Amino acid sequence: MLKKLKRAALGAGVPHEKGTAGLATVKMPVPAKVVLPMQQHIGAPCTPVVKKGDAVMVGTLVGKAEGSISANIYSSVSGTVASIDNVRMLDGSTVQAVAITTDGQQTVDPAVKPPVVTDKASFLAAVQACGLVGLGGAGFPTAVKLSPKSPVDTLVINAAECEPYLTADTREMLENSETILAGIQAVMKYLSINNCVVAIERNKPECVDLMTSLVKDAAGVTVKVLPSRYPQGAEKVLIEKTVGREVPQGGLPADVGVIVLNVTTVSTIGKFLATGMPLVTKRLTVDGDAVKEPKNVEVVLGASVRDVLEFCGLKDGVPVAKLISGGPMMGVALPSFDYPVLKQNNGLLAFSEKMAAKPEMGPCIRCGRCIEACPMGLAPVQIAGAFTKKDADELNKLCVDLCMLCGTCSYVCPAKRPVTQTMQMAKNFAKKEAQK
Amino acid sequence: MENRLMVTASPHIVDRSSTRKLMGNVIIALLPCVIASALIFGAQALLVIGVTTAASVGFEFLYCWLMKKPNPVGDLSAVVTGIILALNLPVSIPLWIAIVGAFIAIVVTKQLFGGLGFNFANPALVGRIVLFTGFASRMTTWTFTPKMEQTLGAIDAAASATPLQVVDAAGNSLLGQYPLMDLLLGNHGGVLGETCALAILIGFVWLVATKTISPAIPVTYVATVAVISALAGKPVLAELLAGGLLFGAVFMATDYVTSPFTLKGKIIFGLGLGIITCGIRFWANMAEGVSYAILFMNLMVPYINDLTRQKPLGARKKKKGENK
Repeated sequence: MLKKLKRAALGAGVPHEKGTAGLATVKMPVPAKVVLPMQQHIGAPCTPVVKKGDAVMVGTLVGKAEGSISANIYSSVSGTVASIDNVRMLDGSTVQAVAITTDGQQTVDPAVKPPVVTDKASFLAAVQACGLVGLGGAGFPTAVKLSPKSPVDTLVINAAECEPYLTADTREMLENSETILAGIQAVMKYLSINNCVVAIERNKPECVDLMTSLVKDAAGVTVKVLPSRYPQGAEKVLIEKTVGREVPQGGLPADVGVIVLNVTTVSTIGKFLATGMPLVTKRLTVDGDAVKEPKNVEVVLGASVRDVLEFCGLKDGVPVAKLISGGPMMGVALPSFDYPVLKQNNGLLAFSEKMAAKPEMGPCIRCGRCIEACPMGLAPVQIAGAFTKKDADELNKLCVDLCMLCGTCSYVCPAKRPVTQTMQMAKNFAKKEAQK
Repeated sequence: MENRLMVTASPHIVDRSSTRKLMGNVIIALLPCVIASALIFGAQALLVIGVTTAASVGFEFLYCWLMKKPNPVGDLSAVVTGIILALNLPVSIPLWIAIVGAFIAIVVTKQLFGGLGFNFANPALVGRIVLFTGFASRMTTWTFTPKMEQTLGAIDAAASATPLQVVDAAGNSLLGQYPLMDLLLGNHGGVLGETCALAILIGFVWLVATKTISPAIPVTYVATVAVISALAGKPVLAELLAGGLLFGAVFMATDYVTSPFTLKGKIIFGLGLGIITCGIRFWANMAEGVSYAILFMNLMVPYINDLTRQKPLGARKKKKGENK
């Protein structure tokens, strides 16, 4: 009750729709061509280190990380570089992309071999060499995340997977639990972290059971069961729920001694240490009411969304009205079928006209449901009001910068207003005003 | 796979709630009061409710049609306002006065300020207050059924007053002697909706069970009145059951537009309502204070909202004088 007085933060009871949770991952055949944009992470784009006509193999470096925040990009196929062109990314920016015609052999680059890791420096070098980024969707370079400026005492593994439909992380836990534990133990060992919490939402009991029995003998590792309430997996919410610490405004988890890694990310570390194979494939949950056979598919990076949908099949007579990369709450609607699959993608949803249709919007009735639901304790309705008045001071007072665009406010709004979109615009506006 | 794709901002799914469903839930919650008023005061009650509601919806439609605004009737908010206003009128009210009330509520209080979501005070409440001020005697012409007269006779009170006003020959309040069962079932004088406490409580349970309203405002409001009544030596249960307290607390103080957003704000709102209501009832010149308490607190809502914000997760504590 007292906590509720401070902040209701109810979140949203989104539908689970996790029908693919029980479906083992299937490998998609290698497509004829892959396109690897040089920006598959937050930070500086990579520089292509191959040229047209070069032969590449699986694991060959094609994009070299530039600057302090970046992540290498490796070829996901064996074949020949067909072109290096500029492509338009979803956020409207233009980056170079390496297109590779595949030979279907999937010959592995002889340079791919397990890294020699002896200490923190060589461990971080290995993570950097893996080309790993946050696979939960954000795409922040993992090597940078593992080099925090403040001392860290707790590692939180984000296995909440709170987005509806998505089961890619669920499958990672069920299929690769050993590499997850290997990854966790490597991070704990080389970063001298003694505590690790694996946080899983209650709606995945088989994952909870499996992980609990797995970490039984692992010193310092525990499993925390979270309620099934969106968005448990949001980083700051997760830290509060698992270790009871509040990440300060404008700060990072490391400021409160925590590093959060997505479960598939940490598993990839485990895999890389054992095999030396960098991040070149990704598991996608392909679902939605226009998809004939919803699946968890292992896709080579750079395959087009079209290839993936052709592999899973679309229902006859149900045209795709909306295509979403990611989950339905935070995923991005794709404007075409020709986007390549990137490192941080974890789902692909194809919705029919019926699912895509949005109900008509009405006036705000000031019911305050957005305020009650906001996991960060913000006041979306008041932020929207301050944004209408273009009042940057008021927006700062309302802490608009804390909004993580999780979509909860729009989801619960009875007037069906695009609250989250307004929050995004208000956030951008306040940021621009601050730079003036 | 060559069809055009819809591109919108996330989230791509929304829940099934709607303004119409919320208003529909309020209408359902009001039905026990409507039925009780018909049972207590007869079919004329239904006529008053029907005419007031029809007038409210009609004014809403006409105004928006004249102003070339989209037709908002489908959101059912005018129906809610109409029923609540009607339940605030005595059964003997001339129908044209009820229609004037609907005009004040819908056109003056709601639409002139921008329509749903922009009104500064509860429309039905302003309608009621304007009618009480403008048509004071007709608004306080109570109808007494033979059964009510029997009860009043039993406690030696004149058959001319609501329980909050019943006095003996020396002018002392007889409220404490009014049988509680009669107060609960609505066997006493008053406006249509306020008499039957039982019907109001059924509506309250429905609103809370369907999560249409938070119980915070009605509970703090009623609890505050109970505490102050006890301290002032008044008959607590009778104070709670008589007059417009329960109806106002459940149906009028909980209007989304004119009540605070956060739990903290709702509790302060309820406290303020209770204090003002008791102040008026016990120490001012009027027998009833619910409507003025709600009106006054409606005006406080923007301030309460600003002062009772939640603390965002990780937000810095603002130092005094610090602007950003």
